[in-house]
Amino acid sequence: MQTILDVKQLTMDFGGLRAIDHVDLDIKQGEIVALIGPNGAGKTTFFNCITGIYKPTGGDVFIAPPDEKPKRINGKKPNQITVAGLARTFQNIRLFANMTVLENVMIGQHCRTHTGILGSIFKGKGVRAEERRVIDYSHMLLKKVGLDQYAHYLAKNLPYANQRRLEIARALATDPFLLLLDEPAAGMNPQETLELDQFITQIREEENVSILLIEHDMRLVMSISDRIFVVDYGKKIAQGTPAEIQNNENVIKAYLGEDIDDA
Amino acid sequence: MVLTFPFVAMKVDSFENIVTWRWDNVLYMGVGCFFISWLWRYLLQRKEFSKSDTTGKKNLIQQTWKDRLFSDPKVFCPVLIAAFCIASVFPFIFSPYQTTIMTTALIYVVLGLGLNIVVGLAGLLDLGYVAFYAVGAYSYALFNYYYGFGFWAILPVGAVLAGLCGVILGVPVLRLRGDYLAIVTLGFGEIIRLVLENWDDVTFGPQGIPNIPKPNFFGLEMDFQTVTLYMYFVVFAMTIFTIVVVRRLNNSRIGRAWIALREDEIACQAMGIDTTKTKLTAFGLGACWAGMMGVFFAAKNSFVNPHSFTFIQSAMILCIVVLGGMGSIIGAILAALILILLPEYLRAFSEYRMLIFGGIMIIMMVFRPEGLISNVRRKYELHEGEKH
Ligand SMILES: Nc1ncnc2c1ncn2[C@@H]1O[C@H](COP(=O)(O)OP(=O)(O)O)[C@@H](O)[C@H]1O
Ligand SMILES: [Mg+2]
Repeated sequence: MQTILDVKQLTMDFGGLRAIDHVDLDIKQGEIVALIGPNGAGKTTFFNCITGIYKPTGGDVFIAPPDEKPKRINGKKPNQITVAGLARTFQNIRLFANMTVLENVMIGQHCRTHTGILGSIFKGKGVRAEERRVIDYSHMLLKKVGLDQYAHYLAKNLPYANQRRLEIARALATDPFLLLLDEPAAGMNPQETLELDQFITQIREEENVSILLIEHDMRLVMSISDRIFVVDYGKKIAQGTPAEIQNNENVIKAYLGEDIDDA
Repeated sequence: MVLTFPFVAMKVDSFENIVTWRWDNVLYMGVGCFFISWLWRYLLQRKEFSKSDTTGKKNLIQQTWKDRLFSDPKVFCPVLIAAFCIASVFPFIFSPYQTTIMTTALIYVVLGLGLNIVVGLAGLLDLGYVAFYAVGAYSYALFNYYYGFGFWAILPVGAVLAGLCGVILGVPVLRLRGDYLAIVTLGFGEIIRLVLENWDDVTFGPQGIPNIPKPNFFGLEMDFQTVTLYMYFVVFAMTIFTIVVVRRLNNSRIGRAWIALREDEIACQAMGIDTTKTKLTAFGLGACWAGMMGVFFAAKNSFVNPHSFTFIQSAMILCIVVLGGMGSIIGAILAALILILLPEYLRAFSEYRMLIFGGIMIIMMVFRPEGLISNVRRKYELHEGEKH
């Protein structure tokens, strides 16, 4: 299997605080990989570094889109990284609140379309066709995540769990090869979390993406991940399959009493 | 009440050294205060109530009259046609004086729509918008004075020059947001005005430039009334042109990127949108309209000087956008008409007109902070169950 994301010795300092300390991580095509760790361990910061929101202090991030040569992406802008094929969701939902659900997904297609200013004003045949394609494709994605009946609602009026789904649909609309999900189950009830399980494996199959996810819900993590990376205080303390991680002493110590087996 | 008592209730007659008691005034004031505070509470309560109501799910599906007005073509088209008809016969019904006022109002409609791109859609608070208006006005005045170019030749030039200025202003402020951005744009507006005022050799400083010709109409000579009429229709055509273009931009790929930028800059960038480019197009395209209207303004007044382009003007245009509702085209049009026409027709109450004007603004901000028309997003037509 080809490695599509290869992070080497990634380090990120905020003033005197080292939020990420020489972390290595790799993802192979088609994998679901989980990144776990106690609160404040640096997981979100790790996402922000590889998606260009922060500029890492040290280390390298390489991506290799399927059938392409690996390239180094640290220091690139978030939009360039998204164009290169990495898409993400946010821990504290960041939807475009006053746009409709459909428009939110259409924004995801922005970087895959080309209509310019003059095109928008004159609205020629090509432009209208592109617009139609974007609407149809976005609608199809909404159906896939089960939100099509809310297409014309404003995003802020959706219930919480649906907002998380919409964020995933929006990320998928950018045509990524790797999807980064930051705590997709946060704030969901157990029933919704169960559905999320299925949903994530389903999008891996149907959209042909690999997934890196941050999650606190251990049942979810253990059931869907192929491999797990554990960080604590910015350092990687373990990596392996769910079974290996469950029995890893460092991990149990880091979670300090939290019993992973039945959490 | 007690504090104002001496002013309200007593009238000292210094000639005869007697004090007249005016108890009736106290009564009026008491009743007035009571009534106003009651109304205020009632309205606030209603606002709270409607807020808690919208969280209910029913309200999501229910269509309000506003939704119907904008999305149902059966309602929307007749309203549009009626507005068009009224606007086109307006100068024939009313006096040239009224027509001139309406012409000014339409200038502000276009300015409002232009600033709406920058502030309402892209969410970039621009307090120096009038600078681009000045660029347009002076480009016509100067090109005409030095090279003798006509109105129609300069109209696009003025728009493009102002657009370029917009982009030039945009570059240094790319990283700024909110308050900081507002201050820099405010400064930019002042810089342009100061340059116009002090660059005597070229711009004739505070004296301004007189004798700017009106647009010609196939070389016809026109008397005063016809010119007024003609100017009205020129600005009317420009207004329609602006509405069509801005509406198309609003519902296009570019417009959606602007709104996404306004809603959440980080998410916008994370969704693959080049925020630099998006901001610059917003500044540039917003400024274009001000440039275009500047050229028209110079022609209409036959005279420009830097005093027409002060911060008050920017503030006025910003009021139009805020009062109308951020990003709403119809809102901006309504607000421009209200804000320009109201003071004119309130001349009857000359002393109180600014008071009434200010009062209306405050009441609006308290009870409808989202503006007259809160932005109604377009519903794109969906094709059910094909292709997929
Ligand atoms: N922008 C920032 N500036 C300074 N410190 C930050 C910043 N972002 C995160 N941190 C710090 O980095 C550490 C890791 O945070 P985070 O990545 O959000 O943890 P989590 O694993 O819970 O997602 C925390 O100590 C946090 O306070
Ligand atoms: Mg986090």
